[in-house]
Amino acid sequence: MSALLEVDGLAVEIPVAAGTLRAVREVGFTLDRGETLCLVGESGCGKSLTALALMGLLPRRAVRRARQLAFAGRDLLSLDEAAMSDLRGDRMAMVFQEPMTALNPVYTIGNQLVETLRRHRPMSRAAARDRAVEHLERVGIPAAASRLCHYPHQLSGGLRQRVMIAMALICEPDLLIADEPTTALDVTLQAQILALLARLQRELGLALLLITHDLGIVAHVATRVAVMYAGEVVETGDVAAVLTAPRHPYTRGLLACVPVPGQVAPDAPLGTIPGIVPSLVGEVAGCAFRERCAEAVAACATRHPAPVTLGPGRAARCLLLEGVSR
Amino acid sequence: MSEAPLLELTSVERRFRVSGGLLRPRREVHAVNGVSLAIGRGEVLGLVGESGCGKSTLARLMLGLLAPSAGDVRLAGTSLALLPRKDRARRVQPIFQDPYGSLNPHRRIAAIIGSPLVVHGIGDRAERRRRVEEMMALVSLPPRLASAFPGQLSGGQRQRVAIARALVMRPELVICDEPTSALDVSVQAQILNLLQELRRKLGLSYVLISHNLAVVEHLATRVAVMYLGRIVEEAATRSLFAAPRHPYTKALLASVLTPTPGLPLPEVAIEGGYPNPLAPPPGCPFHPRCPEAMPLCRDVPPTASARARAGGGRVECHLYAGAAAAVGQ
Repeated sequence: MSALLEVDGLAVEIPVAAGTLRAVREVGFTLDRGETLCLVGESGCGKSLTALALMGLLPRRAVRRARQLAFAGRDLLSLDEAAMSDLRGDRMAMVFQEPMTALNPVYTIGNQLVETLRRHRPMSRAAARDRAVEHLERVGIPAAASRLCHYPHQLSGGLRQRVMIAMALICEPDLLIADEPTTALDVTLQAQILALLARLQRELGLALLLITHDLGIVAHVATRVAVMYAGEVVETGDVAAVLTAPRHPYTRGLLACVPVPGQVAPDAPLGTIPGIVPSLVGEVAGCAFRERCAEAVAACATRHPAPVTLGPGRAARCLLLEGVSR
Repeated sequence: MSEAPLLELTSVERRFRVSGGLLRPRREVHAVNGVSLAIGRGEVLGLVGESGCGKSTLARLMLGLLAPSAGDVRLAGTSLALLPRKDRARRVQPIFQDPYGSLNPHRRIAAIIGSPLVVHGIGDRAERRRRVEEMMALVSLPPRLASAFPGQLSGGQRQRVAIARALVMRPELVICDEPTSALDVSVQAQILNLLQELRRKLGLSYVLISHNLAVVEHLATRVAVMYLGRIVEEAATRSLFAAPRHPYTKALLASVLTPTPGLPLPEVAIEGGYPNPLAPPPGCPFHPRCPEAMPLCRDVPPTASARARAGGGRVECHLYAGAAAAVGQ
């Protein structure tokens, strides 16, 4: 049986003044119910655009291409906008980083929850309102019924993010995409929201695609992880394998950069990745990471590395793993 | 006679009057409430706490950009209020969080870094250029960027410009307010290493304000934990991370997610959100969220007591009042 979400050869191109920005170039992964896949990478690596491409929410001028984009057995590439918007919010839903900009400031949260529900399920306002209260309670909002008449600005950041999650889950979707859901929150709230997502995922059997730049979050919530760099998935696998035995030089570099209490001596420098992310405008030749890579060889400038399978569900894109010698 | 600490805060308070709402009387927020701290030469004081705890207000008080409502901020023994503005700016400099907002987009990099020299009337044109070039080399900015505009630089490069501008006057103390939170991890590591290296080379002292405890642990020599305008615990970094005393410090440390797979999500013992600073809870301000709260905590604000541990420090919590050694394992 095929997975709930199957992505292969996904590319997103955006026309810019200087040419074509190849923001997402070769992204592929599968995701099943009950799994949490973390897309991890630094700004500009294409992780958010990947999510928007799945949801069909790309900016109008962006071009989406893929060899395969299948969700619950349906080919997303062939769906028109009307069919996509039936799916969106119902079978697949998304939570964004900044709840203040994702919630409509001029409608009460009750209104927004009820509208979402009634868009997909024929039911009376009263029944929808009851469901809304139920869902607010499930995400741990105290005095849920009294919150329905509140506007987003009347809630704290943590409560707003809970409302966002309640709204995303109100139609009980199969897939939830969360794009940096805790980045705007304090650490104690971050732990609460991540625990909430993990609990809801267990209870509802969701497939969770979590986008983050924080390897600490990855380690604690992911079952599998896909590391992105310059629009490509450069390494993927089981979370324990990727974090404890990274095979791609970028993954290794990224892990060395993170200060971990008690692990780096106070006066020792942190590991760094020199240089900056390359421009993705125009044709990208060879390996996009080569200029920042300490292990790069001559072939890296000309040959584009293909994913090398390193075990079940484990792969990395690096010529060194293809057996190209130094 | 012992030398006065580089920066010393004595019972510093800062209140703001805020609108209470339409037709309602104005109300007062106690953003910083009775803070006493000392920063010695060569020290890095980490200041941690959640949004709204008063970290940034405290930073502005330390910079002399805000005057305290009560108490005193002294730089090497002299009250900041008595120091001329330029003297103060020469000796204490800030680095802000957002390298996009803190650099004038219409000025060239060399002019931005050199502007403090112009303001203070230091050197002639050639001398200033020499010092700017020296600073750029020190923060590893390639010389070709001297004539670039901030818009042409990456986030990491912009933060290097901000650091160069802060250091061009050779200050003694640098107040870093979330210096890396707008940056990616790989760039964050570069900037943290740079700050560490500059401290050694130039003998600087830092106040490092951050919500990222791992960053603070890496750079700070001492850590102060802030909650609702008060320092609730303060100790040497190693001692604080090894044996946190205050329940709030414990919860903060438990919330740090390390990239070690296989660990469960931390059980955050503190519930609910941050209290409204306009209506702080009575007694200990932390008691509504505290898993170890006692009846006493609801009514009586705790006072500072010494941490019963080598490395010193203090904690503001009833659990450790009086017989600190007996209660704190």
